[in-house]
Amino acid sequence: MNENVKIGLEIHVQLNKLKSKMFCGCSTDYHDAPPNTHVCPVCLGLPGSLPTINKKAVEYALKVALALNCEVETRTHFYRKNYFYPDLPKNFQISQYDFPIGSNGYVEIEGDNGAKVVRIKRVHMEEDPGRLVHIGTIDRSRYTLVDYNRSGMALLEIVTEPDMGSPKEARSFLAKLRSILEYLDVFDGDKEGAMRIDANISIEGNERAEVKNISSHKGVEKALQYEIIRQRNILRRGGRIVRETRHFDEERNITISMRLKEEEEDYRYFPEPDLPPFSVVDWVPVIRETIPELPDEKRDRFISQYGISEALAKALTSDHKIADLFEDVASEFEPKLVAGWVADVLKGELNYRGLSLDVFPPSYMKEILKMLVSDEITDRGAVIVIRKVLDEGLTPQEVIEREGLRKAGESELETVVRDVLKNNTKAVEDYRAGKKEALNFLVGQVIRNTKGRADPKLARKMIEEMIENLA
Amino acid sequence: MPPFDATVVERLKNAGAIIVGKTNMDEFGMGTTCEYSFIGPTKNPHDLTRVAGGSSGGSAATVASGELPISLGSDTGGSIRCPASFCGCIGLKPTYGAVSRYGLVAYANSLEQIGPLSNTISDLALVFDVIAGWDRRDSTTVNVQMNIKERIENVMERRKITLGIPKELSIPDDRIQKTLWSVIHSFEESGVDYREVSLPHIDYSLPSYYIIAMSEASSNLARFDGMRYGLRTEDTVWYETFSSVRGMGFGEEVKRRIVLGTFALSKGYQDRYYLKALKVRTVVKMEFERVLNEVDAIITPTMPCQAFKIGEIKDPLTMYLADVFTVPVNLAGLPSLSLPAPVRGLPIGVQLIGRPFSEGELMGIAMRGGWQ
Repeated sequence: MNENVKIGLEIHVQLNKLKSKMFCGCSTDYHDAPPNTHVCPVCLGLPGSLPTINKKAVEYALKVALALNCEVETRTHFYRKNYFYPDLPKNFQISQYDFPIGSNGYVEIEGDNGAKVVRIKRVHMEEDPGRLVHIGTIDRSRYTLVDYNRSGMALLEIVTEPDMGSPKEARSFLAKLRSILEYLDVFDGDKEGAMRIDANISIEGNERAEVKNISSHKGVEKALQYEIIRQRNILRRGGRIVRETRHFDEERNITISMRLKEEEEDYRYFPEPDLPPFSVVDWVPVIRETIPELPDEKRDRFISQYGISEALAKALTSDHKIADLFEDVASEFEPKLVAGWVADVLKGELNYRGLSLDVFPPSYMKEILKMLVSDEITDRGAVIVIRKVLDEGLTPQEVIEREGLRKAGESELETVVRDVLKNNTKAVEDYRAGKKEALNFLVGQVIRNTKGRADPKLARKMIEEMIENLA
Repeated sequence: MPPFDATVVERLKNAGAIIVGKTNMDEFGMGTTCEYSFIGPTKNPHDLTRVAGGSSGGSAATVASGELPISLGSDTGGSIRCPASFCGCIGLKPTYGAVSRYGLVAYANSLEQIGPLSNTISDLALVFDVIAGWDRRDSTTVNVQMNIKERIENVMERRKITLGIPKELSIPDDRIQKTLWSVIHSFEESGVDYREVSLPHIDYSLPSYYIIAMSEASSNLARFDGMRYGLRTEDTVWYETFSSVRGMGFGEEVKRRIVLGTFALSKGYQDRYYLKALKVRTVVKMEFERVLNEVDAIITPTMPCQAFKIGEIKDPLTMYLADVFTVPVNLAGLPSLSLPAPVRGLPIGVQLIGRPFSEGELMGIAMRGGWQ
C-alpha cells in the first residue's frame, strides 16, 4: 500500500486583471453581461480578421514566468493548435508550442513532510475558447448554446512536473500558485472560470490517468483521492491501468472515463503566420522590477520583523490583502495582538462566509482594536462587531451602538451587582458558607444582565467586595 | 456580407476612391484559371473562349477590358500576376508586409499580399501609395516609407540599371521565349543592361510553395463550419453538422487543398513535408537575396504559357505547374511587377522581381522600358 503516487498538474489561469482580451480590444468585463456582447470580428474569428498581440498580456505572462523562477526564451512564438470544437470560433486555438514564454521553473510548497519543491515544466500563453451553455444539464439539454464573450480571453497554461505525492500536496501547490498570482496582481481567483485544472495521476510503474477541467482546488483534491482508490483497487485485483482521460463529477465526487488515450492527439501545431516571433528578453529586467515581495519572503519578514509565530505569519501572508491589512494595522497597535485578531478571527470569519477582504477596510480593524485596548469593549464584544459588520454591512460604531456592546461602566456595574446579590440570596449564603462555585454563578448572572457588556474580572472583584461589605 | 471593411478598402474610401463592386475569382483564391468559382469562369477579354487566369481573374478582366481603370487582387502564388499576364494588364504583387491583409479572407497568410491591377504605371502607383503602409491591425505589416514618386524619378535618372536572367529558367513555349528576349532587348535600348544570374534551388519552389500554402489553408478554412455564418445544413450532432456543411459548401479544388494541407501538417509527416518546405523557403529566399545584391531586378516571363482555353486544364497538377515562375516570389516575400509585353493578339506578360520594398524602383524600370 505504500506505492509512490505521482501527480502532475496543468493549470489554466485567466489573466482576468487585464482590461482587454489577448488578441483584440474587447473588454474582459463580461461576467455580468448578456451573451455575445463582448465580441468583435477578431474574437469571433470572422474571415479576414487578424489577431494582434496584447502587450500587457505578454507582460503579465512574463511576470508570472519570472515569479515561478522560469527561464525565459530569447525568442518566443505563437502557434496554432488545430482541432474542431463548437466553442472555438476559428477551429484552431492560438497557443504556444516550441519556445513558450517560460520553462524550467519551480515553486516551493508545504509538502506532507516539510518544505518541497514542485518543478514547473512550462508556462505558455493562449486564448480562451467561448463557453458552452446548456439548458438544464448536459445530458438533458436538447441543444447547446455558445457564448463567445469569453472567447479570446488571455490564458496562461502552467504545467508542472509530476512532483506532487498526494492530493493534499496538489492542493497545497494550487493554494500557493493562487497566492502568488494574486500577489502579482494579474489574477482574480474569485471570478467564475478563473482557474481550471487538469490533473495527471499515476501509481509508480503504471500508466497515468488525466482528470480534466476541474474548477476548484477542493475538487482537485477529491478527484485525486478518488483516483488513488480506483487505481489501487484495479492493481489489487491484478488489473492494468489504462491511459485515459477522465471527467470529474463534482456532485458525486467520482471520476468517469471520457476517452481512452492510447496515442496523443494530433493538433497539427504550426507557427501562427499572422503573428511574427518576438523577443521579450529586453523586458525581463523591467518586469522583474515590478514583481512585489512574494508570499514566502513576506512570511519570513513577518516572523523576524514582528516576532510572530510561523503559523500566524503563514496565515497572514497567504492572501496579500490580509497581509497588507495586517501591516497597516500593526503600524499603530501591538503586532502580536493584531496578528491574532487578523489571522485567527477576521480571516476565519471571512472564510466561513466565503467573503473577500474588500468589505472590511483596515480602519474598521483599527477602530475595534482601539476600543479593545482602551477597555471599552470586551473580547467577546469585538468578535460580535466583526461578525455583524460582515453579515449586515454596518460600520463597527453602528454595531456597537445598536447592540449596546460598550462595556458597562463602574456605576452601572455596581447597580447590576447590587440587584444580582439581592435576587440571589441563596447563592450569596452559599458563597459565605465557602462554596466558591457560587461566585461563578453570580458573575454569570451579572454578565447575563448586562448582555455580555460586563468585564468578568471587574464583576468578580465587585461581587467579592460587596459581599464582604454586606457582612 | 462582411460586417467590416478591409484596411485597403477603408484607405481607398478615405482617399476618395469609388468602390464599384466585387469581381469574380477562384474559390478562396485557389486556382490559376478563375474557373473554380461558384458562379462560373471569367472569360478573357481578348478571346472569350479562353480563361482570364486566376485567381483574381475578374480583377484583371475588368481592367483589361477598360471597364475600370484599376482593381485590387490578392496574390498568394501568382493570383494577381497570372491574370494580368493572361489579360494583358499591369499587376503588382507587393513585398510581403507592404500592404495590410486585414479584411482579406486568408488562404495562405505567410505568402499572400493584396495588390493593384491597372493599365498604366501611374494609376498603379497612385493606388499603391494609398493602400501600402503599416497597419496596427496586421502585425505582419512593416513601417517602411514607400516614396513611390521619388523612387520612380530616381530610377528614371539613373545611368546604370541591370536586370538578371536566371539561367535555370526553362521556357517550354517559343513565343514566350521570343517575347521575353524582345522585351530584354528593348530595355537595352533605353540603357538597361542584363546579365545571367543563378538561382540553383528555384526548382524546389513549386512543391514547397504548395505544401506551405495548403497547410496554412487547411487551418484557415477550418472556421467555415456553418455555426456563425454561411451555409448551414440540417442540425445534428455538431461534428456531423460540421462535416456536412464543409462537404457541401467547399468546391472540389478547395477540398483537395484542405486534405493535402492537413496531411502535410500531420504528426509523422510534418517533418517530411511542412518543415522541409520551410527549409526550402529559407534557401530560396537567401538565393534571391544574393542575386538581388548583384542586379537591380530579375526578369522572367510571368507565366510559362498564354491563357488556356476554358475547360482545357483537366488535372490539378498541370494547373499547379503553370505557377512555376510566380510562386518563388511569394516564397521569398519579394515584390513583383507583371507587365504586358508589346505583342499582337493573345497577351504575354513579363515580370520584374525586386528587392524588398523596391516597388517604386520596379515601376521606374518599367517606365524606362516604355510602360506609361
